[in-house]
Amino acid sequence: MSSRKRKKMTADKPRFCLPDPLVALTDELIMKHIDAGSRVIDLGCGDGRLLAKLRDVHGCSVTGVELDDDQFHAAVGRGIPTINADLDRSLQEVPDGSFDVAVLSQTLQQVRHPSELLQEMMRIANRALVVVPNFGHWRVRWEVVFRGRAPVTENLPYQWYDTPNLHVMSLPDFRALVERLELQIIRERPIIRGRAVDQAWLPNLRADSALYVLERAAHK
Amino acid sequence: MGPRFGLMSRIPCGFLIGPPVYCAMSAESNESPKYCEDSSIGIVQTKRMTLFERQPLALVSDNGTLGPIEVAYETYGELNKRGDNAIFVCHALTGDAHAAGWHSPEDRKPGWWDPFIGPGKGLDTNKYFVICANVLGGCQGTTGPGDINHKSQKRFCLDFPFITVQDIVDVHAELVRALGIKQLLAVIGGSLGGMQALSWSVRHPEMVHSVIVLASAASLSAQGIAFNAVGRRAIFTDPGFKNGDYYDQEEGPRFGLSLARMIAHITYLSEDSIELKFGRRLQDSDRFAFNMLKETEFQIESYLHHQGKRFIQRFDANSYLYLTRAMDYFQLGGDDMPLSAALEQTKARFLVASYTTDWLFPSAQSRALVSALLEARKHVSYIELESPFGHDAFLIELEQLNRIVRPFLKQAVQSYGSQS
Repeated sequence: MSSRKRKKMTADKPRFCLPDPLVALTDELIMKHIDAGSRVIDLGCGDGRLLAKLRDVHGCSVTGVELDDDQFHAAVGRGIPTINADLDRSLQEVPDGSFDVAVLSQTLQQVRHPSELLQEMMRIANRALVVVPNFGHWRVRWEVVFRGRAPVTENLPYQWYDTPNLHVMSLPDFRALVERLELQIIRERPIIRGRAVDQAWLPNLRADSALYVLERAAHK
Repeated sequence: MGPRFGLMSRIPCGFLIGPPVYCAMSAESNESPKYCEDSSIGIVQTKRMTLFERQPLALVSDNGTLGPIEVAYETYGELNKRGDNAIFVCHALTGDAHAAGWHSPEDRKPGWWDPFIGPGKGLDTNKYFVICANVLGGCQGTTGPGDINHKSQKRFCLDFPFITVQDIVDVHAELVRALGIKQLLAVIGGSLGGMQALSWSVRHPEMVHSVIVLASAASLSAQGIAFNAVGRRAIFTDPGFKNGDYYDQEEGPRFGLSLARMIAHITYLSEDSIELKFGRRLQDSDRFAFNMLKETEFQIESYLHHQGKRFIQRFDANSYLYLTRAMDYFQLGGDDMPLSAALEQTKARFLVASYTTDWLFPSAQSRALVSALLEARKHVSYIELESPFGHDAFLIELEQLNRIVRPFLKQAVQSYGSQS
């Protein structure tokens, strides 16, 4: 992608917004990892699109958490029970273990305290389903090493001064945090160009993001 | 125009009968609302119905009974053929059945929630049939301590039985049945009205499809009880109170009642809103009077006195005692039953909203309610709304309320038939 084209794109899209097919793919992917009929809470549920599908297709009982007022109204308008709350504060409204699965998609890098949020997810749900961007992707590395610039790529379309992404991490970085929190990774699926794979050659270079399913470590 | 003025222009003038100095500063809204057919439900009437004639109401508190009971109510919009578009509005402590519209074009102001109820408004009377009724124990048309006891042919005064929020709701449920409605699309209320809405959902679960609880809680905080206690004390110690038997006197406990209102009114405001509305501005001079007996030197003093004076013209001291007690006593759940268990029976979906500067019913209490509803695995949405207006915000910030109530009610309509 030429730098001019890239500039245009960042100007047009001030908010992090994956192209629609990719969003649908991520939704599909998340849905594949959630059992029918389970109780699901989606942290940063947006307009409740994913939860509405989980409710209507999978018969899940769902709840959303969303900070943005307009998105909150949209989710309520879809009949999604939604809590208007800031993920940077604790989710005190949500009782311990009240859900089977807590979903957090492309948001962990945007909260102030990712480690606390992961712990909070494990408090309110038995299982956490997390989709994280991979800043170890070769394009990101290319930008830093050869151009000496903070990376702006198709999947991370932000300049350093206006990015909602507060944290930069790669797949090994995320795994290290999971280990430190004494959680276990039930599944890791690198997502390469919108497709989740079970095994990938050099995933930390090639995956633009990855899906993780986490549980409390068995020995605890 | 600075932010202060922008904010003040949002205060409906009918609500803020402020001192003239202040009104002159609010450039956009210095006129009282006038009767206008276009934006309002128009001329409405308070209707009356006598209930519990044959079978008296069994009261929750002291195993007593009460009947017959007269209920004052108003309705707006039309009940549809299926009877599934009815919304019941629960009023707060000193409200009445007159929630919307005008009793006559000459009225000084419309019903207390008029900007929220009417054609195209949050409770859209083109779509919904809206009912509001005065509470049991009140003094605006529904049977209360100031009414005649049919047994003794004298006014009840303090012989009126102790009533609870549950009794209030039971009377209203009977009214709704008498109007031919099996299930309400929604019950909505703020403050004591929110407590009633909650009580509706657990006492009459089969009659309530959805509930909207604003600036309220599953019980009144100790701080709230404290303020009510001071208000009651003010009434008790007024020489005009005469143990509640003051109706034949020329003047009842008017000083006590107005003092109770002044204290309560402070709890409905916030530090921010008082600062914005009045600050330290003086009422009618730019110098201190150095006169100890002048009680209206500051604008805030003048405002509170005005509120107290207006209140005694429309409210009965005994009703104030009974209703504040009902509020103190209200508690969903309790020592032997967690709140989540108390909410088990409800079949309704909930929308709970609190306000950032409300310190009478702080957001923490709404969050505890939401938490209990989640624990009971109920359908609940919660939002903490941004407002400088304290507890009164639910009566003032109606644009904000419209925005969230509209999609919630739309969904309630869609899910109405499919409820298990």
